[in-house]
Amino acid sequence: MFGYCEDPATLDGLVWLSCYLTTGKHMSIYWAVGTVLLLLAITAPAALAFGFAGASAARSTLAPLRWIGKTYIAVVRGIPDIAFFLFFVIALDQAFEYVRHKIKCPDWQEPIRQGNDFVVCSAAKLPLGNAPQWVHETYGFFLAVLTFAIVFGAFAANVLFGAMRAVPKGQLETAEAYGMNRRQTFWRVLVPQMWVYALPGLSNLWMVLIKATPLLFLLGVEDIVYWARELGGAKQPQFTDYPHPDWRMWYFLALLVFYLAFTKVSEVVLDRIMAKLTHGQATAAGERQRKAAA
Amino acid sequence: MSCWETIADYALRSQGIGERLLPRSDFTLCQQFVLIGSGMIWNIYFGIFALVSGFFLATAVAVGKAAQNPLYRKPAEWFIFIFRGSPLFIQFFFAYFVFLSLKQFSPFFDAFTSAWLGALIVLFLNTAAYSGEIFYGALQSIPKGDTEAADAYGLSGWSRFKRVIWPTMLRLAWPAYTNEAIFLFHATTLVFFSGFPATQQRGDALYYANYFADKTFNPFIPYPILAFYFILLTLAVIGIFGLVNNRLNRHLPQDRRKALKLKPQIIR
Repeated sequence: MFGYCEDPATLDGLVWLSCYLTTGKHMSIYWAVGTVLLLLAITAPAALAFGFAGASAARSTLAPLRWIGKTYIAVVRGIPDIAFFLFFVIALDQAFEYVRHKIKCPDWQEPIRQGNDFVVCSAAKLPLGNAPQWVHETYGFFLAVLTFAIVFGAFAANVLFGAMRAVPKGQLETAEAYGMNRRQTFWRVLVPQMWVYALPGLSNLWMVLIKATPLLFLLGVEDIVYWARELGGAKQPQFTDYPHPDWRMWYFLALLVFYLAFTKVSEVVLDRIMAKLTHGQATAAGERQRKAAA
Repeated sequence: MSCWETIADYALRSQGIGERLLPRSDFTLCQQFVLIGSGMIWNIYFGIFALVSGFFLATAVAVGKAAQNPLYRKPAEWFIFIFRGSPLFIQFFFAYFVFLSLKQFSPFFDAFTSAWLGALIVLFLNTAAYSGEIFYGALQSIPKGDTEAADAYGLSGWSRFKRVIWPTMLRLAWPAYTNEAIFLFHATTLVFFSGFPATQQRGDALYYANYFADKTFNPFIPYPILAFYFILLTLAVIGIFGLVNNRLNRHLPQDRRKALKLKPQIIR
């Protein structure tokens, strides 16, 4: 990257390090950090949407809908999330291909599952066999995002369901007394008030979500864990200009520090938001704030 | 091959006892059930040992964090921050590569690079940090009256801690601690996906479930089996912790006794 990097063998110390850390391959790990942030940026709202749908379903007066919502919430509590990740990545892929297969090749006779293979017609393959590399990568990333959203949606549903129940009954009764129907009560009274009850749970969830991002590695995305293993491994002089012994330990230490910094910053920001939201609320924390100010 | 033979061959496969080769084709439902169940031995092993050993360190860490003296408080705070602030997955990787480097200096560290010890240490420290934070929270919310009563009885120092503060702390922390135990058992599934090798394909439940899903390309059978086992395990944990909860609350008047109510909104 820098002009003086042309012959790394002659360099040493920090200069060598500055060249080493800016090689083309190292750019990939910095991009991978971007992938993680992108995943968080997309997953957080998506999971919140899934969670909102799940929590609303669990509160529904319609029994089947309520069962679906409650099962969705309950299932993730009993089962490790990693199992869900590994499951959904294959299951979603097969589900998409199956649906496309049914639409695109209606006269296909053979069974879809042949022994240990999952066979769909070539027009239904996702992504298509002749698609460029970036389509494959984007599709893989899309599957990962969807998986994260489904799993964390269930956690979010749990939080929001609790928050909806925490809104004081009196508020809802007042809304009824004003002649609002169920839908109006829900959207105008319940939803605006539930956030302050949901925020502790949601900020906890955000932390869990940050800490779950390295699991992208298990879903086959070339993320920071992948690159840390790749770049950290021992490099022989005949294959690279920057030979070094096994440095994976240091790469993972760097990742550890990165995540610590990330969660610390999140914690500080979330505390500020919480302080803003509790301001003037009729909760214990709001009361404390009022007393401290007075 | 009947299912009994499969059980005889594979029930202890995860410990290296029984048939050497894993089934390679024509997987039966029985084989999947038995092998994944065999893998659960590892999950239970990691979970129980980490939980029991972590419990003591967690108490120490919680008391340390609540201490006035920064000499005790600071290390406890940092310990909790480091283990709660970073992903367990990365901790596993980091620890594995640290042990791998240490191995070059001394054969003493040989055992540390295998999962049964290395991963157990990471899980032990990790759960100690999470439980330590829970216990610290409980220490902070011990009713003032309880400690005042202890003072009035002339209790102080160790006996005050042992007879009043510690039991009350446990009682208050127990629902959250149950949650932590459940998630610790879930976290044990990460071990064999994070650097620590499964020698001779002796893996945990998720390792075998993943094996079957890879071979059959059909995730709809092994993962639900795994889910079934974990739901059983979760119910067992809730049952056992519920019994302890009853004992911790036994001195309270009947109407103030709380059944173990989980607060699932706070996950690890």
